[in-house]
Amino acid sequence: MNPKKTLLVSHAPFWHDGGGIPERSYHTLLAALPAACAGIAFYGAPALGVICLSISTAILWELLMNRIMRRPITVGDGNAALVGLLLAMLLPASAPWWVVVLGTFLAIVIGMQIFGGIGGNPFNPVVLGTAILSVAYGRHLDFDAGLVNFTFTAFASSTDPISALKAFGPEAVSHLRYLDLFLGKQVGGIGSTCGAAIVLGGIYLIFRGFIRWEISIAFLASVYLSAALFNMADPTRFAPPLFHLVTGYTLIGAFFLATENSSSPVNLFPMLIYGALGGVLTVLIRNIGAYTDGVLFAILVINLTNPLVDKIRPRAIGKAA
Amino acid sequence: MRKRSFFGLSKPCFRYELATGTTVSPVVIPVPEKVTLYIKTPYQKTSAVLKPGRSVKTGERLVLHEADPCSVISSVTGTICDISPFLADFGNAWTAVTIRTDKNEMADTAFSKAAEQPSLDTLNRFFPSCPGEPDFSALADDRHPVHTLVIYGGNADLLIDTGLYVLKTHIDAINAGIQILRNATGIRNIAIAVPRESVQNYSGHLDAQVQPFGSAYPQAQPLMILHALTGRLPDETGTAAMGIHFFRAEAVAAIGRAFADGRLPVEKNVTVIDKTGKKHLAIARIGTPVGALLKAFGITVDNQDRIIFGGPMTGNAIYSEDLPIGPDTDAILVQAKSDIALYSDYPCINCGDCIRVCPAHVPVNLLVRFLEAGQYTDGAELYDLYSCIECGLCSYVCPSRIPIFQYIKLAKYELGRISFAEEMNEP
Repeated sequence: MNPKKTLLVSHAPFWHDGGGIPERSYHTLLAALPAACAGIAFYGAPALGVICLSISTAILWELLMNRIMRRPITVGDGNAALVGLLLAMLLPASAPWWVVVLGTFLAIVIGMQIFGGIGGNPFNPVVLGTAILSVAYGRHLDFDAGLVNFTFTAFASSTDPISALKAFGPEAVSHLRYLDLFLGKQVGGIGSTCGAAIVLGGIYLIFRGFIRWEISIAFLASVYLSAALFNMADPTRFAPPLFHLVTGYTLIGAFFLATENSSSPVNLFPMLIYGALGGVLTVLIRNIGAYTDGVLFAILVINLTNPLVDKIRPRAIGKAA
Repeated sequence: MRKRSFFGLSKPCFRYELATGTTVSPVVIPVPEKVTLYIKTPYQKTSAVLKPGRSVKTGERLVLHEADPCSVISSVTGTICDISPFLADFGNAWTAVTIRTDKNEMADTAFSKAAEQPSLDTLNRFFPSCPGEPDFSALADDRHPVHTLVIYGGNADLLIDTGLYVLKTHIDAINAGIQILRNATGIRNIAIAVPRESVQNYSGHLDAQVQPFGSAYPQAQPLMILHALTGRLPDETGTAAMGIHFFRAEAVAAIGRAFADGRLPVEKNVTVIDKTGKKHLAIARIGTPVGALLKAFGITVDNQDRIIFGGPMTGNAIYSEDLPIGPDTDAILVQAKSDIALYSDYPCINCGDCIRVCPAHVPVNLLVRFLEAGQYTDGAELYDLYSCIECGLCSYVCPSRIPIFQYIKLAKYELGRISFAEEMNEP
């Protein structure tokens, strides 16, 4: 027998389904691409610039942190690229370069790496980064101010519909057709306006099992129901529910942000509660809160509730009652 | 390597091998030049009884010292050529006895004298190392009286045919074995676990309560059957504290055959699964080196392949082709290097795949965080460690490729050690 022949030894099970973190990240990137491409189509080269800068700096921040903390290099797993792409999709095409670089720093370093990297973050890093930016540098994230020099011939309104709603009430946005809004003909973030593309990517992720459908569906159903209740109570002050579904960050929040693995629950009822809570908070902030769009803060708050709600779980078998 | 379903929403679904498949007659492996047997007690240099150069007969009981309870039955006739220490799983120290075989087979007569009067003492003396590896020490333990015997008639893992083959072909021997067990132990309550598809073949024909199980993995895992029988699962004190004791059907068949023939069975049924998934059924002497079996079926093992005792979900990887098959080796599975998925050191990303797939509703995502940190007691008390039925599905689906199953087994072993030590210290 050849003495050099060694056998591999490990613990059972000896089969694996072949799935992995890179696979999940790259498929989520793939699912987000249509919406990002729609943004490039609407906003042109500046949008492409923001996306490229965001993805590349996100990867660089992660590489830097890996080096500083002397951890294995994890940029290859695609998670940093995904964070970069999603962050760019929330920003306006007019975002200055330093806002993008700061945003990816906040997302990757403050949002994720200081908690130990992937799997350790209590908040969705993309949402945390964007929320800090929108509080600290609101002017640069204001879609109306930022995109004032863009011309939108295809759009029915050249202002952000959700800011118009906040400032002038439902009457000001009543001329907008939901289908146009759903197809992305509205002013907003690079990748967050084209609902059709986002839903397409979301359905792909759900069928591939990369996101948990319970969260997305609960979130959307809850946005619809709570907005419908507000609308029924006073149609002159509160917009109809469908308007809330197709504007702002609602769809990207439901399919790409609230479903982030580490900061969301995994059991059935907690997922439903988590999603529903996010939807209710979104509509509350939009309708009676101080901020224009509630999705970011709603997701941060439900991220906080995640460890608590996830305690609701089925009884394991074989335990004495 | 297996592939994840494109539609990731669907759970992985495995089925055990069925007894209804075509019956192939097993290939009898010729007696090898050397066999290695294990006595499950630490090696002592001063053994007066067992020395290299001593000749042994087939079926002879080998002990290091006359009074030792640990013994092994020689599966061949020949001369002892080596006695050495052996380090088994979880750091257990055993003694390996290597015997160079002789062409002329001679049978030892000690058992045929004892076989006239089946008693627990006879069983405990001659059977612990017979095919199926029955454990009688729990029956002799006064602190935890056993009230139910469960005869396990399933295949312990995927791809394996051994369990059901024995059940199908040795049903008379099993029935005889049940009688002997009942008379020797005085335990009235005997159940036999068989696949649901073939219950009609056994109910009424067997002198035991028939406990059916489904064919979907992991319904036939021994812990799953225990749960189906009692609604409970063992904690750190083990199954003994529940008063239930398991025997493999092969062991019961061996007992039945031995008392009928007056001769101890020394051959083990083994399913050999090659790299392409093709299966062969073999009958080999206990102690035959794995290499001899693989050679018989023309299976070549290359550098960095993997050889596994048992099935793909719960087996044990071994490190050498020279290791012998033991009385509990139901299957040998060979994996090519290209089919092996390596574990990684990624942390849990909380994707929830394990939660969806776990048949026992264990909060695996939380449990693994405690086990990784070595906090076994918290894992057991807060996060249902002892509800785990040890099927390995969580590790199968984990995208972070965490060896979850290994953590669970290690935690159970460590807690079991603590519990055992505490029990020993009690006045």
